[in-house]
Amino acid sequence: MQIPIEYYLVLSALMFSVGIVGVLTRRNAIIVFMCVELMLNSANLTLITYSSYLGDVAGQLFVFFVMAVAAAEAAVGLAIIIAIFRNKLTVNIDEINILKW
Amino acid sequence: MINLIYLTVLFPFLGFLFNGLVGPKLKNEKLIGIVGSGAIGLSFIVVVGAFFQTLALPVDQRLTIVTLFQWIDVAGLNISFAYQVDQLSLVMSLIVTGVGFLIHVYSIGYMHGDKSFWRFFAYLNLFIFAMMNLILADNFLLLFLGWEGVGLCSYLLIGFWYDRKFEKSTTSAAGLKAFVVNRIGDFGFLLGMFLIYSTFGTLIFTDVFARAVSFSVPTHIFVLIAIFLFIGATGKSAQIPLLVWLPDAMAGPTPVSALIHAATMVTAGVYMVARCSIIYASAPAAMMVVAVIGVFTAFFAATIGLVQNDIKKVLAYSTVSQLGYMFLALGAGAFSAGIFHVMTHAFFKALLFLGAGSIIHSMHDQQDIRHYGGLKKYMPLTYGTFLVAAVAISGIPPLSGFFSKDEILWYSFTNLGTIFWLVGVITAVMTAFYMFRLYFMTFEGKEKFDHNKVHPHESPKLMTVPLIVLAVLSVIGGFIGIPELFSGEHGNLFHTWLAPVFKTAEIKLMQVGSHSHFEEILLMTISIIAVVSAILFARNVYLKKTEIADKTASKFKKIYNLLLNKYFLDEVYDATIINPIVKGSDKILWETADNKIIDGLINGIAKLIDQISGTIKKLQTGIAQSYAFVMVLGILIALFWIILSYS
Repeated sequence: MQIPIEYYLVLSALMFSVGIVGVLTRRNAIIVFMCVELMLNSANLTLITYSSYLGDVAGQLFVFFVMAVAAAEAAVGLAIIIAIFRNKLTVNIDEINILKW
Repeated sequence: MINLIYLTVLFPFLGFLFNGLVGPKLKNEKLIGIVGSGAIGLSFIVVVGAFFQTLALPVDQRLTIVTLFQWIDVAGLNISFAYQVDQLSLVMSLIVTGVGFLIHVYSIGYMHGDKSFWRFFAYLNLFIFAMMNLILADNFLLLFLGWEGVGLCSYLLIGFWYDRKFEKSTTSAAGLKAFVVNRIGDFGFLLGMFLIYSTFGTLIFTDVFARAVSFSVPTHIFVLIAIFLFIGATGKSAQIPLLVWLPDAMAGPTPVSALIHAATMVTAGVYMVARCSIIYASAPAAMMVVAVIGVFTAFFAATIGLVQNDIKKVLAYSTVSQLGYMFLALGAGAFSAGIFHVMTHAFFKALLFLGAGSIIHSMHDQQDIRHYGGLKKYMPLTYGTFLVAAVAISGIPPLSGFFSKDEILWYSFTNLGTIFWLVGVITAVMTAFYMFRLYFMTFEGKEKFDHNKVHPHESPKLMTVPLIVLAVLSVIGGFIGIPELFSGEHGNLFHTWLAPVFKTAEIKLMQVGSHSHFEEILLMTISIIAVVSAILFARNVYLKKTEIADKTASKFKKIYNLLLNKYFLDEVYDATIINPIVKGSDKILWETADNKIIDGLINGIAKLIDQISGTIKKLQTGIAQSYAFVMVLGILIALFWIILSYS
């Protein structure tokens, strides 16, 4: 039995919403970071869904690229978080507010 | 030689470059002096050559335009660096290069030992360069270039001894005064030039003057042009109301006073008005203004000259007065008589100034004639030449001054009226009086200087030879302009030579010379008798009964002080024009307009923006999540909007 496309899309939307809420509400930078990854992967899921649905392999190929870039981005992001922690002894995003006037 | 006329401009310029660039390193007065005066000597030779070549041409072909190169060519304005060689410019060139050469030679002796010897000659050469451009120009713009150039050199040379005191301030202040007063006149000149261009569509002399005849231009335009140009002339030639700079210009070295402020530059205004004779002839009202200003200046400057005690001041006021005569002649429509007086005046006034320089030189920079006296036996050559010049300027026949001055008086009588003639004669009487007052107080009578400190001596040959040459010219210079009355069928040579230049103007004026020779002789006799008695009177007062002068002075103390302080003209200008401008600039323009309004406006705008942004900047909290929130909110709104617009 084939699972209807709506299931995938709803799952993806839910993942995305969880990600957004996490990004907006959580204070720990690492969790915020993980939520960003969650949003990214929900987008990947949508891509794969449509790729399969339309029978076009391009979407799945694209996901590989996204994952590769996400891995690099995760390395840089984690490095930044570590650097901030070394300086401020915190990863609480509320306290990291020096980028202003 | 006519086609080589540009050399007369080039040589002084080369001299200027040499003296200005190489001079400081030379430390060789001889070489600098030879280059400086040699450049002018060569110019003079070229001018003489051009003169004789022109003389050989038929009368109607004596105008040559020598174009060097295109200068300005934009939007219909087409101006070349071109020189106009005709009778008038040749006469002026001969005067400027000839007298200029003599004064250059004199300066080698006079400036001997000066620490800036090279600078002096560089400036003098630059002056001749500018003056030749002024004279030879074939259009108003090139004339204006020379006009400004001579003004600049005048400024530089008045303040030549910039570290010396002059009266209550410094020589550089005197130079600045000359410069600023001249700028006022130049403004009028510029306006006149603009008006000429907008009326006639060209600035080239020959075209402008041809169109002045052929175009039907209303008289008031002519009057405006003529008055504007005349304002320029009053500045350059020190006429009322812009005469205040010339007496202060005496702060410069004496050869400068002789060259620039007596013989050449100050006559530029006369030359310019004569050059534009047709414009003035078309504007009778302006002619009248010129005549009235001229006669007033002549009269008032002469009255001031009566009581001055500084030898150069007396000569300065005398110059102003004689320039007034020239303008009187121009106003009377006797253009060639005016130019004739320019020439004779250049001879005897240069001679007087150089003589004064020779005296000052030997009296250790003492300029007060009350400390002279009895110099006759110490400096016989200076004495002799000075006497010649004094006789010439007083107008005793047959010296040059007589012919030119008498001609002007005659024309003012026939063309303007008896009153002009009368004021002219009174001025001539005063001229004779103050010149001989100067002469008697300097050369005759008791020696009033301290023999222990001052040892009067004759000046070196370099200075006396130019004096002698100028004295000879002052004696014989008048003979080329002998009135028809005496010369018979030859007529007046000078007039015949200049006649083609002024022909159109004179036709336009339609002067009717219906006065008889008897009248001419009568007027001549009256003026000679008056002048001779003035000289005798001066002799009586300043040689025999010296106490009369002091008594008169104390009796009419108010008038005496008025004259001594030149009618308080400087003070009046200070009170009515300069101080209001200074105070107004200070209080209104600076403290109110600039400090409060303009600065306040700019600072106010800055403050306003600062306050607004101070409020707005608080939106930027630095918390990344709040930015993300706004972003998400924006995306949601956009999504809803898209969805709603589809359904």
